[in-house]
Amino acid sequence: MIGTISYLVFFATTASILAIAVLGLNLQWGNTGLFNGGVVAFFGAGAYGTLILGGTPQDGHIGGFDLFYPLALLGGMVIAGVMAWIVGLLTLRLRHDYLAIATFGVSVAFENLMRNAEWLAGGAKGVRGFERPLREALGDGFTYNLFFFAVVLLILIGVYVFLERLVASPFGRLLRAIREDEEAARSLGKNPARIRLVAFITGSVILGLAGGLYGTFYAFVSPQDVLPTLTFQIWAMLIVGGAGNNRGAIFGAFLIWAAWTASGWALSRFAPIEAQLYTGSIQFILIGSVIVGMLMWRPHGLLPERLVVSQRGKHPVAQQGD
Amino acid sequence: MIQNLIDGVLTGSYISLGAIGLTLVMHILRFANFSHAELLSLGAYAALVCDALVSALTPFLAVKLAPLSLTGALLIAILLSMVITGISAVLIDRLVFKRVREKGQELSMVFASFGMALVIRNVIGLIFGLSPELYSKDIAFAMVLSRDPFILVKPDQVFVLVAALILMFLLHLVLSRTTFGYALRAVAENPSLAQVNGVNLRRMITAVWLIGGGLAAVAGVFYGLSHQLIPVMGRDLVLPIFAATIVGGIGSVYGAVLGGFIVGIAGNLALVVLPSGYTPSVPFLLIIAVLIIRPHGLFGEARA
Repeated sequence: MIGTISYLVFFATTASILAIAVLGLNLQWGNTGLFNGGVVAFFGAGAYGTLILGGTPQDGHIGGFDLFYPLALLGGMVIAGVMAWIVGLLTLRLRHDYLAIATFGVSVAFENLMRNAEWLAGGAKGVRGFERPLREALGDGFTYNLFFFAVVLLILIGVYVFLERLVASPFGRLLRAIREDEEAARSLGKNPARIRLVAFITGSVILGLAGGLYGTFYAFVSPQDVLPTLTFQIWAMLIVGGAGNNRGAIFGAFLIWAAWTASGWALSRFAPIEAQLYTGSIQFILIGSVIVGMLMWRPHGLLPERLVVSQRGKHPVAQQGD
Repeated sequence: MIQNLIDGVLTGSYISLGAIGLTLVMHILRFANFSHAELLSLGAYAALVCDALVSALTPFLAVKLAPLSLTGALLIAILLSMVITGISAVLIDRLVFKRVREKGQELSMVFASFGMALVIRNVIGLIFGLSPELYSKDIAFAMVLSRDPFILVKPDQVFVLVAALILMFLLHLVLSRTTFGYALRAVAENPSLAQVNGVNLRRMITAVWLIGGGLAAVAGVFYGLSHQLIPVMGRDLVLPIFAATIVGGIGSVYGAVLGGFIVGIAGNLALVVLPSGYTPSVPFLLIIAVLIIRPHGLFGEARA
């Protein structure tokens, strides 16, 4: 019994962390229409940043600044934001595929750098020597995991409320305006490029926050954690849940993560031994098919965006007919 | 140094071939197709199967054309693979991209292409297994071109370069000398106006996929000849061919050719200054450099 509960807590923690990431992506893609092809780089920047800033000193690579944990987490978010700022500045003026390709390039280069630069982050061995905050007080067991889950859940709720407010605010309306008709927004004296950049950075900072929490949860991060796979998973979550809808984003995160873990478990349990090696391939085919299938049959996701009509006036032509 | 330069030109020949198809698709269908590199793997593996079939049916073709390591059977297999990959590209468009195109915005296509890339790559992995394959098990010995500076070139690589240049020249003739080429350029410039003038848009899209798929197949085989075939080769090729299209300017065929060679040469020259582990990042650095210096690429034009 305690085993099941303990597993559920573990599952819910990972799913909540991913849900935060999906919320960040939703601000970029769902609300602003910015295509981030390198989700994992910003997620990874948060994870690496947090662990390097908050870890104990290690031989062979920089880091171990032993910062107070919230500062380390904040530092990870700042690193993700700075990366987004540079990429955004270069690409947001251009046609949209440039952003997709450049961000994808960032994720390839980021993984490549982390894998090779031993001096920076331990290379393929990953970042070690990070101690989870409050570990001395709460130990390593179930209590700690429950506590950590509570913290992650609070942060998830916080991010959700923040984004809901943001989307409902004049700024959120501006984001949708730019997404729908850039020319019109420009004619009203708005600066679409700057607004897009702000949205892109904000989304990436949230991705960095999710990454930081992920790194903290495992107290370890290696290049294996920043493979393009994660980008696909986070996207699948957003597309299935419903781009533009924050509740859909969270729902999608839990649904896809459940499907992913369940399919992995079922394949390892029931597939013949020879096929075990191909478990990953089968899972990727499934997730790829889910993305393509959703786009073909339900492009707006399970919980579609609810478009807000600010003033429900009478249709002028219908009025004349009265 | 000179060796790196020569290796770079040879690498550039298959990156260029891959980039030509990608840039055409990006120009006419207006989306960054992340599954284009998977057409290279598809073509490479299709050629592997065709090679085995042709060799079994006509054993007299399965003899090596010395000094090359490739056989007559493989040459026929390449042609067959071009057709198979071209048709597959058209089918993928009809079954998936066309439907997404009709449903959503341009960016949904980019998502769909990511999904397709995952599916194609892993289906190939399931069918052929995850271990590397080779067209010829024999070791191809390199020829010494000069002793000082010491330069080695494999005969296969020379064949790859020459064949790639011939294909590019043929494509150039088609684009610049035929009605079809004009129609293709017209569609890229202004689809609506081209249709008004009697260009069949659907047929043009089919043609673009056939050309793109065919060239991708050749590029995939050439990659296989220079390295080895692995199901995830698309993952390693997608960034270099994207970089080639951006360096050349999206939509420009000549730009893609030049961009491909620049990416290939830069990747190999980088080995002089950087450890080889960093090679996969070089295309990204090129993309960033181009975006800073000349955002629309060497031959590209600004377009919303």
